[in-house]
Amino acid sequence: MAKNWWKILAVLIVIYTIIAGFLLPVPRLDILNETIRNLYFHVPIWFAMLFLMGVSVYQSIMYLGSNKIKKDIIAVETANVGIVFSVLGILTGMLWARYTWGTWWTTDTKLNGVAITFLIYTAYFILRSSIEDEQKKARISAIYNIFAFVMMIVFVMILPRMSASLHPGNGGNPAFGKFDLDNTMRMVFYPACIAWIMIGCWVAQLRVRMGILTKKIIYDETV
Amino acid sequence: MNFTHFILLLKKEFDIEFRQKTALNGIVLFVLSTVFVSYLAFQNIIAPHVWNALFWVILLFGAIITASKSFLNEQKGRMLYNYFVYSPREVILSKIFYNSILLTAVSFLTLFLFSVFIGNVVQSLGTFSLVLFLTSFGFSSILTLMAGISIKAGGSFTLTAILSFPLTFPLLLVAIKVSKLAIDGIAFSVCIQYLLVLLLLNTIVSVLSYVLFPYLWHD
Repeated sequence: MAKNWWKILAVLIVIYTIIAGFLLPVPRLDILNETIRNLYFHVPIWFAMLFLMGVSVYQSIMYLGSNKIKKDIIAVETANVGIVFSVLGILTGMLWARYTWGTWWTTDTKLNGVAITFLIYTAYFILRSSIEDEQKKARISAIYNIFAFVMMIVFVMILPRMSASLHPGNGGNPAFGKFDLDNTMRMVFYPACIAWIMIGCWVAQLRVRMGILTKKIIYDETV
Repeated sequence: MNFTHFILLLKKEFDIEFRQKTALNGIVLFVLSTVFVSYLAFQNIIAPHVWNALFWVILLFGAIITASKSFLNEQKGRMLYNYFVYSPREVILSKIFYNSILLTAVSFLTLFLFSVFIGNVVQSLGTFSLVLFLTSFGFSSILTLMAGISIKAGGSFTLTAILSFPLTFPLLLVAIKVSKLAIDGIAFSVCIQYLLVLLLLNTIVSVLSYVLFPYLWHD
């Protein structure tokens, strides 16, 4: 129990953000209106995804330095959970876009960026599945993972800044900048970010343990 | 990193290419036939954005076909020999430079064939050429590493394509944007910011390839 407090905390905070997110007052902004509540779900999920991908690329770099297969297991499982979060992020975004922009999907640099990020990480898993040898698989996919992560950062951080975008936060659209987000929203938004990151870590931790046990039981290898 | 080794390796790439001519002939034929098919389908393209999109799609596929051959010529014995004689950094640099020279040639060939068959809509050719140079180098930095990865992973052409497509998109999108400006004849002072972004992306991908390749090479 002593080790599990943060999991309970994460679940409690997520429940709190769901209740408070739907019930607490929000500022009335043009166009956004009530859909601004999506900020409590969409943005924290993206932060959690970026965090998980960050952990993944860190473990990949560590693997190249140490050749320990455990690092590879952590890298692949965090990427796995990260890709699930990216799908959740895309879905919450699409739902929001339907009611704000009037369409599920539109041509926009940010949207294209996440679609391509999804493609890059799918390619990462395809690469993994096409190599048999354990160490070789780990090393080659670590190389690809590092390349992929940098490209993802380019896509979601650099490119959207150099072209017009409909997305909140770009081109004068309201977002969680210092003038748009009031203090009630902060009270929900920041805990939501932390909680979703913790949930992501929890799922990834379970998957990593499963991976290590699979190695131990099926292949009789200790990692 | 030894400069003489780099030159030697670069020369080796060209020697092999001119002896066999398979890659070069293949890519020339590929570009020729795709441009000709587009010519038959479109006749004459007047809308600049269609011209632009078609040009870059053909160039992207041409680049992937060109670069996917980078490690095919390395048989087991020669790879082992190179492994002992040259450092991996020399190998990747020579291959990147070789591929980018080849890709530059291919892109100008595509431009030439486009002008002959489909018509030339580019108004400021100088900016457009600059874009071609920059993207050729960037593409070859990404694609050479990806070709190396897919060769190590069992090596199918499909795998190279799957791995490289999403990674080339940042470069490709910026290139498409700035080449559209060049086609419309927009002043160079407007294009320069996009060219700088291209340069930045080139730097990122070439540094990544240069740093990561040794881990791939040590088997």
